[in-house]
Formats: sequence, C-alpha cells, structure tokens
Amino acid sequence: MSGRPEPQLPTSFRTAGSSSFSEFLGAHAAYLLPGGGVRWGEGTVEVPHGTTIVALTFAGGAILAGDRRATMGSYIANRDMEKVFAADEYSAVGIAGSAGVAIEMVKLFQVELEHYEKIEGTLLSLEGKANRLASMIRGNLGNAMRGLSVLPLFVGFDLAGGVGRIFSYDLTGGCYEERSHHSVGSGSLFARGALKKLWHPDMPESQAVDVALEVLYDAADDDSATGGPDLGRQLWPTCAVVSTAGVAFVDDGALEERARELVAARRNNPGGAR
Amino acid sequence: MTFPMYVSPEQLMKDRADYARKGIARGRSVVVLSHATGIAFVAQNSSATLHKISEIYDRIAFAAVGKYNEFENLRVAGIRYADLRGYSYDRSDVTARGLANAYAQTLGTIFTQESKPYEVEMAVAQVGWEAGSDQIFRLTYDGSVTDERGFVAMGGASEALTTALRERWEPDLALGEVLCLAVDLLGDEPGGESQQLGADRLEVAVLDRRRPRRTFRRLRGPLLDALLDAEHPTLDVPTEDEARPGLHDTLTGEDAAVEHAAERGDAAEGHEATNPQTQRAPHTSDGE
Repeated sequence: MSGRPEPQLPTSFRTAGSSSFSEFLGAHAAYLLPGGGVRWGEGTVEVPHGTTIVALTFAGGAILAGDRRATMGSYIANRDMEKVFAADEYSAVGIAGSAGVAIEMVKLFQVELEHYEKIEGTLLSLEGKANRLASMIRGNLGNAMRGLSVLPLFVGFDLAGGVGRIFSYDLTGGCYEERSHHSVGSGSLFARGALKKLWHPDMPESQAVDVALEVLYDAADDDSATGGPDLGRQLWPTCAVVSTAGVAFVDDGALEERARELVAARRNNPGGAR
Repeated sequence: MTFPMYVSPEQLMKDRADYARKGIARGRSVVVLSHATGIAFVAQNSSATLHKISEIYDRIAFAAVGKYNEFENLRVAGIRYADLRGYSYDRSDVTARGLANAYAQTLGTIFTQESKPYEVEMAVAQVGWEAGSDQIFRLTYDGSVTDERGFVAMGGASEALTTALRERWEPDLALGEVLCLAVDLLGDEPGGESQQLGADRLEVAVLDRRRPRRTFRRLRGPLLDALLDAEHPTLDVPTEDEARPGLHDTLTGEDAAVEHAAERGDAAEGHEATNPQTQRAPHTSDGE
C-alpha cells in the first residue's frame, strides 16, 4: 500500500467483522505497526526518551500534564516536544519512554478510536479505550526488551459515570485504574512525592492545573531528564483538561502566567515549603 | 461428454447488468447535492440505525442504494482504505478521487469475475473549500465511474430525478433550499402517488465546508424539521457542535442534555467491566 497505489481494494478490506484499525493493520500491513517490519540486530540503540507525565483528578474530571524535554543519555535531544495528546474527544494520553515508538503508538491509537467511531457510529466506552491501549502496549513487549519501552498514562472522562478516570499500564499490557493521581517517567518518583502532598479530593479545576504545574516543577528540580518551565524560550508544560466538555488544552497565556507565579513563589523557598 | 452451452460475452454482460439494474431499481432513491456551504446527502430511509449515508474521512462521505450488506461491505472497505492511507501518509493525502478509483476497480472486478454482480450504486463526495471545488463521483454496479457536477441522483427513479434536478438545481443555493428541493423530488417518485416525506422517513447528512477536520454531520430532530420547512427562517446548520456529552456526529438543534442524563444513568446501572482490575471499583460521581 505504501509503495504504489493499489488498483483495487484487496479482499482483506472487505472482510467483515472487525471494527479495530490496529487488528486490520496487523492482518493487512503489519509493517506499518509501531516498530513493525524492522529486522533488529543485537544490543540496544540510543534514542530520545520522553520523561515525566502526571495525572490527577479534580471535581469535574481529570488533568494530564507533561514536561517538554526529550533526552538521549545526558544530552537534551528536544526541548519543546509534545508528550500529551488528545486521543479522541473525551480522552487524552501521555507517553513516557522511547519517543519515536511512543509517537507512532499515539498515532495508531488516535486512528483506532476514530475508526471505531466511523464504522460503528458510536463512541467506544472509556474502559474499552483503556483496554485497546493495553493491547498495543503488550504488542510492544518485544521492543521493550530491546530497550525501546513505552509507558503511557491514559486519562478520560467516563460519560457513563460522569467522572474523570486515570489508567496506568505496565510493559506487559497490564492496565490498572488509579485513584486520585499518578505519574510515570524518569521524574515520576519526585512527582509522586509532590502529588501526595499537594493533591486534595474535589479540587476545582484551576487549583488542579496549578498542582500539575508545581508537581512537574518539583520533578524537574530533582530529575535532570525532566524540563522545568523555560522562561527564556517561553516553553511551558503541556496540560490537558478532560471534563464533560471534552478534552481541552490549557492555553499558553494561562500557563505562562501560572508558571511565572510558581517560579516567583519558589524564590528563596526552593522546596516549596509551606 | 457434455459441452456447456455457449453464451456470447455480450449476452453474459447484458444478463449481469440487467440483474444488477433490477436489484437497484427496487431500492428507494438517494440524492447528493452541492450547496453554498457544503454537500448535502438526502436518502429515503425509515431506519435510524441502518444507514445509507456515512462518513468516510475528514472531507469525504459516501451514499449508496441497493443491497444493504453489499454496500455496507464497501463502506467499511472505504473507511479502512481512507484510514490506512491517512495513517501511512497524511490526513491531507486522502482524496475522493483515489477512493472512487479503488471502488471502481473493485466493482469492475466483482462484476466480471464473481458469480453475481453487486446490486449497488454509490456516490463518493469530497467537499472543497469553496463550492466550485466540490467533487462528486458516481459509481455503478459494473465499475463505471463518472465525475458529476453539482448533484447526483441514484436508485430506482434516478433518471426522472436527474432530469428534474437539471432544471431546478443551481449552484450556491442555501442548505435549506436544496433540502426542500430534494424532499420535493424524492416525494413524487414515478409509479407512486406524490407524498410529503417527513423527517422521520429521511436520512439527511452534510459535509460542511466551513468546519475544520471532520466535516460530516448527520441532521435530525428540530433542526432538520426547521430546515425542511420552507417557511422557517433556518436555512443553514450551526458550525458549532452541541454541548451535550457524547458522540458529536449529529446535529439536532434540541437541548438533549436531559435525555442524555437519563441514558447515562442506565449505562452506569448495568456497568460490568472486562478488565478484572476495574470490576469492583465505583465509577460514578455520586460517591461509593
């Protein structure tokens, strides 16, 4: 398909049954799957890694935020990379790990959800989306053993229950639901410590955005692979809010204002003691 | 030893074409019309779930008449084609022309090689950024494809409809006007008495050229009633989706929040998760 145009739709296009794009891709063009069709040698390769992603719930939904740095060893490979994406209208996914594989996986996940919507004429349930992502992560296990692991954090608004929910994963495709908050990536230990102290049940949205930014600030403070707010280049963390209105990204103007306040508040109080 | 009876290729093709045409002529008609702000699709269809019109990609949609299982098969194939192409190249590289060609080849092969031709007739339309750049392709059972200007009528009464449309359709009509025109024409099919088709017996959708990304929207409810009412001032659809939670592929013009809340309650009631990790957990906003 990718080389020359097909003269007609191959029979596999007309096979009835599956509404899953990734299943169709696996059967028809497996080389297009993330990390597919490549003959791997021995050993590991050095590739850019995305770092810290945090998620937390608030009164009307959930927030997913990530820093902008990608590193390759001790070298900063990218300063303004995006790691938090809208998966569809009501869910967002953030990815830590090998950047290239992660981007491909998000791309496939986005098409997967839209494909289902178009074929079935209805939305996939939030758990259904979380389970599809789990099977994609399981499919990447071979890559993970070669050092190309990808670990997502999935956040969505559950239309059936009317709440924001957070799902975390392990490399073998295990999908776990997190109460209240979670973090993944190299700075996740520091982020988790900060989250425990800063998160409160039923926070309003604006406070939850502030907490997400402060948690990423703390992660960047202690983890060299996580980027803090970059005042010089005007780079702020990506922050997605998932609520009954769908996925919305906090705009740069608001992020800048909050980040500047945060940096000012940490002057002479680097740990944020309160 | 017996010899199969000789049938000339001309006769063979003619028999197959007659067979397909008969099947298609039994179906109710569908019209596709370009208008000032997009492309409208109107089908006579009393089912709210078995669609004759479907979204294919961002600016491409599909309409068909004939046997449901056969065009449904082609619809799914078209969505797979478009999504695969968009996934491996870019969203902007998916075109109606490419899809129409693939459909034409497929229908042509089925017509000559399978034991029975598909009894379908389809239209593939791509909405442009202005009315002049709309593309509408019409595909028939034998794989022939034509590039139509402005409108297409398919189904049993397609010839009468096309003649009438040639007289009455003009470029840059408003959506409300083309919908009234379509319903007018679909209502008086030859052989039957003239009737006024209500919104409940119609399937209506648009590709709205003013929207970014996915432009396909189905029209239902009070919004469709208002558009079909020639007296009513509503002539076009809003470019903003409705605020109600859920799938936003339909514009109804009604405040569906109440109805949806009830729906949500039902869903939460019988909620059973597949993932063992989430089976015991409470997932509703009103506490444990």
